Amino acid sequence: MSMDLLRFITCGSVDDGKSTLIGRLLYDSKSILVDQLEAIERASKTKNQGDGGGIDLALLTDGLRSEREQGITIDVAYRYFQTPVRKFIIVDAPGHIQYTRNMVTGASNCQLAIVLIDARNGVVEQTRRHSLIASLLGIPHIVVAINKMDLVDYAQDAFSDICIQYAELAKKLNVSQVSFIPMSALNGDNVVDRSANMPWYEGPTLLEHLETVELSNDTNLTLPRFPVQYVIRPQTTELHDYRGYAGKINSGAFRVGDAVTVLPSAQTSTISRIEFNEQDLTEAEAGQSVILHLFDDIDISRGDLIVRSDTQPIVAQNVEGMLCWMDTKELKVGSKYVLQVGTARTRCSIREIPYRLNIETYEHVEEVESLKLNDLAKVVLRTAQPVAFDTYALNRTNGGAILIDETSNVTVGAVMLEGET
Amino acid sequence: MDYLDQLESEAIHIMREVAGQFERPALLFSGGKDSITLVHLARKAFRPGKFPFPLVHIDTGHNFQEALDFRDWLANSLGERLIVRYVEDTIREKNLKEPTGRNASRNALQTFTLLDTIEEFEFDACIGGARRDEEKARAKERVFSVRDEFGSWDPKRQRPELWNLYNGRIHKGENVRVFPISNWTELDVWNYIQREKIALPSLYFAHERELLVRDGKLMATAGGVIKPEPDDQIVTRTVRFRTVGDISCTAASESQANTLDAVIAEIQATRISERGETRMDDQMSEAAMEDRKKGGYF
Repeated sequence: MSMDLLRFITCGSVDDGKSTLIGRLLYDSKSILVDQLEAIERASKTKNQGDGGGIDLALLTDGLRSEREQGITIDVAYRYFQTPVRKFIIVDAPGHIQYTRNMVTGASNCQLAIVLIDARNGVVEQTRRHSLIASLLGIPHIVVAINKMDLVDYAQDAFSDICIQYAELAKKLNVSQVSFIPMSALNGDNVVDRSANMPWYEGPTLLEHLETVELSNDTNLTLPRFPVQYVIRPQTTELHDYRGYAGKINSGAFRVGDAVTVLPSAQTSTISRIEFNEQDLTEAEAGQSVILHLFDDIDISRGDLIVRSDTQPIVAQNVEGMLCWMDTKELKVGSKYVLQVGTARTRCSIREIPYRLNIETYEHVEEVESLKLNDLAKVVLRTAQPVAFDTYALNRTNGGAILIDETSNVTVGAVMLEGET
Repeated sequence: MDYLDQLESEAIHIMREVAGQFERPALLFSGGKDSITLVHLARKAFRPGKFPFPLVHIDTGHNFQEALDFRDWLANSLGERLIVRYVEDTIREKNLKEPTGRNASRNALQTFTLLDTIEEFEFDACIGGARRDEEKARAKERVFSVRDEFGSWDPKRQRPELWNLYNGRIHKGENVRVFPISNWTELDVWNYIQREKIALPSLYFAHERELLVRDGKLMATAGGVIKPEPDDQIVTRTVRFRTVGDISCTAASESQANTLDAVIAEIQATRISERGETRMDDQMSEAAMEDRKKGGYF
């Protein structure tokens, strides 16, 4: 039996019932173990002063002591559960406005986002913000979870109205697949078990949807890209001439005999061997960590990108993209950073900020000279060395880049590359 | 790709990032199933080359002999370098006060030896087998976890980690703890061990041994690490260990599972978490792991 893997992010705040939803998924899919359950039962009693009310599923996602003390969520947490069909990684990112950085971080690896809406409130500013980030990060599947249906008497009209509101919003965004599910996480309606309270809803429950959403088209299969991580050279007597390039295929597939180009130097050669676990393969595809060998003895090191010669990426020094700024220190036009794309690093400077994006109205704010923590903006960069990449929209795994502060060494920005300027 | 293939490939990618980004990495090897899995992944990442790091074991002096024998056998059969440093030596050299009393453990002292070893070899990255499903402090840790010169984890100052881009740039004196199997669960590790036919110490399978019953937990009498007290009952039972760590804080589970299939069936059926069942050190307080990590524990 072959199981696959789905990473999804939950977007919302405690007020929308996000923690309760995650708790409900874990609880109803029987992923909570007895000792963990006992611990939250004890905590529920303390919190609710012992007056019945059952267990508080939100406590399952309770965080660190330093967070409880300050009453905030610091960071992205990862949770795991599985069903016979799929393994799931839940990326649990805090939903407040000041945590754009965390949501961007969490969303970067996800194939699906659950956007939580309180059925009483409909589409609100936060919905717009979360949907924008999901769309900028290129998450292929969006589930709009219309929660707290119990508080609107499970009315079909309430659900339909919100679907219409959201469809309006989605028109302004680049989202490919949106599904709507009415639910009550608190009572368990349509999370794992089908709701008896909403016979008018004929679609899947949330878990059914998570288990069946088609993932095979999420990876780019047409642009073979291989960032070199490490060169394996045993230099022993029996492996004297062995020289293998270790890396993970970002996208596309490679076959023995493929003509390839090494970027940014543009040297060309042909694949002579594809090796994994000391065995030869005839081909390997996106997601696989392998070792490539080339016929020609050319100079290749970490940071180079091997591509199939008939599918060239962009190689440029003047590039533009959407940036999420993640540092408390402001970004200013003219500042210099290290840009990392794949395994390549090069210095860069911020040439221009054509506009900042208002994350609630989606309006462009022009004439911007600096960016603050959690700002999203279009930027133009000039790199010291040419960088090889695809546009983020075309190839997510070869179009995302980070900015590193040269003095603090901290990751200060995420860039979705859009092309050459 | 199957989910185990995806997890495997992600772990290999992370290990190769360590090899590519650091000058003096190390793999922290405890003899437990998670670090044995790391060694297996390192073979897939670097063979036919040598590992670009030594295996480093911080020996509390309270380890099961079976785990130590397995460690030596594994390092030997792979032909890879093994460095062992002893908590015993740190206690003597630094004149540390060893915890005494009923549930005394050297677990906390391990951190001192680990930090000394990092300093001695100037390790800039230490690969460890921690998993995010183990504990809520671990659920929030990065794959590349930057630590200051005291090894401290500061949950508020973690670097954003996006896509599969890892930033291992550090200042001198800092180091990075790297967790390639962050996204694996206990069951994933067992399924992988079975699929890959990875050898494990015999402790993980049902065997008969002498134990003492303390606070409802079965603790090994092996090596005389745990000093029996008058009200401790000494028994002989058929048990296996779900985690293998320091004798003083690892409890056994009664089990007849003597094959991988049987162990996996038990793990699938269990209703108690790994650390809840076996780890005495995490049950000291609600934030026990959080505190130890801030103190430099891996």
